[in-house]
Amino acid sequence: MARERAWLESSRADGGGGGGGGWMLTALGHWDLKAAGSLSGALDRFALDGGGTVSLDLSRLDAMDTVGAYLLSTLADRLKAAGHAVDLAAVRPEHAALFDAVRKVGPAPVERAETPRPILDMLERTGRTAVDGLREGRDLLSFLGLITITFGRLLLNPRRLRFRAVMFHIEQTGLNALPILGLLSFLIGVVLAFQGADQLRRFGAELFVVNLLGVSILREIGILMTAIIVAGRSGSAFTAQIGTMKVNQEVDAISTLGLDVVELLVVPRALALMITLPLLAFYADIMGLFGGAVMSYATLDITFGQFIRQLHGAVTLPHFLVGLVKAPVFALVIAMVGCYEGLKVSGSAESVGTLTTKSVVESIFLVIVLDAVFSVLFSFLRL
Amino acid sequence: MAADNDKRFDGKQPDAQDAVIRVRGLVTRFGPQVVHDGLDLDVRRGEVLGVVGGSGTGKSVLLKEILGLIRPADGRIELLGRDTADLPEAERVTLQARTGVLFQNGALFSSMTVAENVMVPLKEHTDLSAALAAEIARVKIAMSGLPPNAGAKFPAELSGGMVKRAGLARALALDPDILFLDEPTAGLDPIGAAAFDQLIRNLQRSLGLTVFMVTHDLDSLTSICDRIAVLVDKKIRVGTLEQHLRDPHPWIHDYFHGPRGRAARHAES
Repeated sequence: MARERAWLESSRADGGGGGGGGWMLTALGHWDLKAAGSLSGALDRFALDGGGTVSLDLSRLDAMDTVGAYLLSTLADRLKAAGHAVDLAAVRPEHAALFDAVRKVGPAPVERAETPRPILDMLERTGRTAVDGLREGRDLLSFLGLITITFGRLLLNPRRLRFRAVMFHIEQTGLNALPILGLLSFLIGVVLAFQGADQLRRFGAELFVVNLLGVSILREIGILMTAIIVAGRSGSAFTAQIGTMKVNQEVDAISTLGLDVVELLVVPRALALMITLPLLAFYADIMGLFGGAVMSYATLDITFGQFIRQLHGAVTLPHFLVGLVKAPVFALVIAMVGCYEGLKVSGSAESVGTLTTKSVVESIFLVIVLDAVFSVLFSFLRL
Repeated sequence: MAADNDKRFDGKQPDAQDAVIRVRGLVTRFGPQVVHDGLDLDVRRGEVLGVVGGSGTGKSVLLKEILGLIRPADGRIELLGRDTADLPEAERVTLQARTGVLFQNGALFSSMTVAENVMVPLKEHTDLSAALAAEIARVKIAMSGLPPNAGAKFPAELSGGMVKRAGLARALALDPDILFLDEPTAGLDPIGAAAFDQLIRNLQRSLGLTVFMVTHDLDSLTSICDRIAVLVDKKIRVGTLEQHLRDPHPWIHDYFHGPRGRAARHAES
């Protein structure tokens, strides 16, 4: 096609308004979405000399859609603003309804342009983030209180505890986590033994790799790995489950049926995790030591018998207990954050995603902070 | 591209020539369950067709098959003169740009504002400048009967009726030839539903739309539909309201002569 898809013809009309006669504008072609890109640029530059009446003739259009009607309507508005009297009489009946509908929409409301204030904005954002963080901490603390109260009530009346739900979550968070947790702990043990052996060999103290493994895995790495994996696996699942229930208004339904949301959704999850996490941590300890033993045998020729004997001398019961005692606390934090973020979900699918991410990040953050607090505490207690 | 289906062959099937949607011998199966068995349907240019049927008769499935979201087991579906079965990618996209769909619950993208939702097809299918696309979105939002401040809101902040109007604005963003509506008035109060019916009627007239509307709302059927398609016995029967009122088929008789059907017709007359 040689011609443009849509165009405008202008000519001087006789008579018209007061001085110099008026203009006759004729729209031709297909005024539609396809033509809009080139049309809108041309129309922005379009202007007529002099004043007088402008007759806009739309009766010879081949086609017009909403975009075309909008462009013609803004053209008429601009000509009016430029001091012309605009006559829009010539519209074909099949286009009239659409043209009128678009005319009725009118121009965009004038928006107040905001002056940019980069430094103030940054300060405001920083303040907001800080206050939000503090609020989040306060809310989590009050949620912990709510869980504790509900726990207490259930202790007085244990028959209200959802035993089946607890079992279900033990299976989900505990049993089903065994393969991945076992594999990762084993590999961590392998890596630790390998790196430790590399360093200790220089001093001829290869055998002390067992001490290194025993103390680090039992005290810190076993439980920390477990907590981080469970936060990623189960904490996120809690948020997504409860969040989706929130979107489906199931949480509202629970409340209106006179049931307690915390008792029904949060306590079983928290309890299940507090039971499984110590068990998982123990399992991770064993798997980590096993990985270390395998690697020690492969690279340092330390037999399993030697490994066990050395371990027996290196590790005492407190080492093991120091690791394990942290497990229920971490479990409570992971479950609490997971459920809390899930309950914060509002309406949209997007908020489930955002809050799930937030729940994982927040629980891992809290786990590590608490681990540091425990370290300080144990050093005071000389454990 | 519409040139060949705009051609008229004198005397030959005037109905079929003018059909923007043509379904022939459609068969739908879910496992052993047959939903449609040799279903034929013509939707004429510029009409509002209401599709009714009992639960499980495959109204929404038919809609999805016409839209190409589900593949039928057998049969032919032509949309604007093109067979939808084996279209090349480019033509399929062009065809999709000429149809607009309002899903039952709006299906707005929840991470975007209403205005951004309406601008999605404009950005995807046209070369409009961002400013013009925003203006067009504003016009569509206003034409759908939403207040001007609705454009900046997120779907979660809207009421049910406003979500439907926003969904309609998005469906109409590209000035489609055919508008598909899945239960547009479900979940609206009677006043809101009547206003929505009127809105669809007005937009249909001003934009020259063909409307394919799956509905359960007897008021919509009596007030804005030109013809009504009833899904019974795995086939479809199309006719005006008067023709259906005379139909002896038990389900159709119960549907239009039941207390609700009578009430809707009384309200209309």
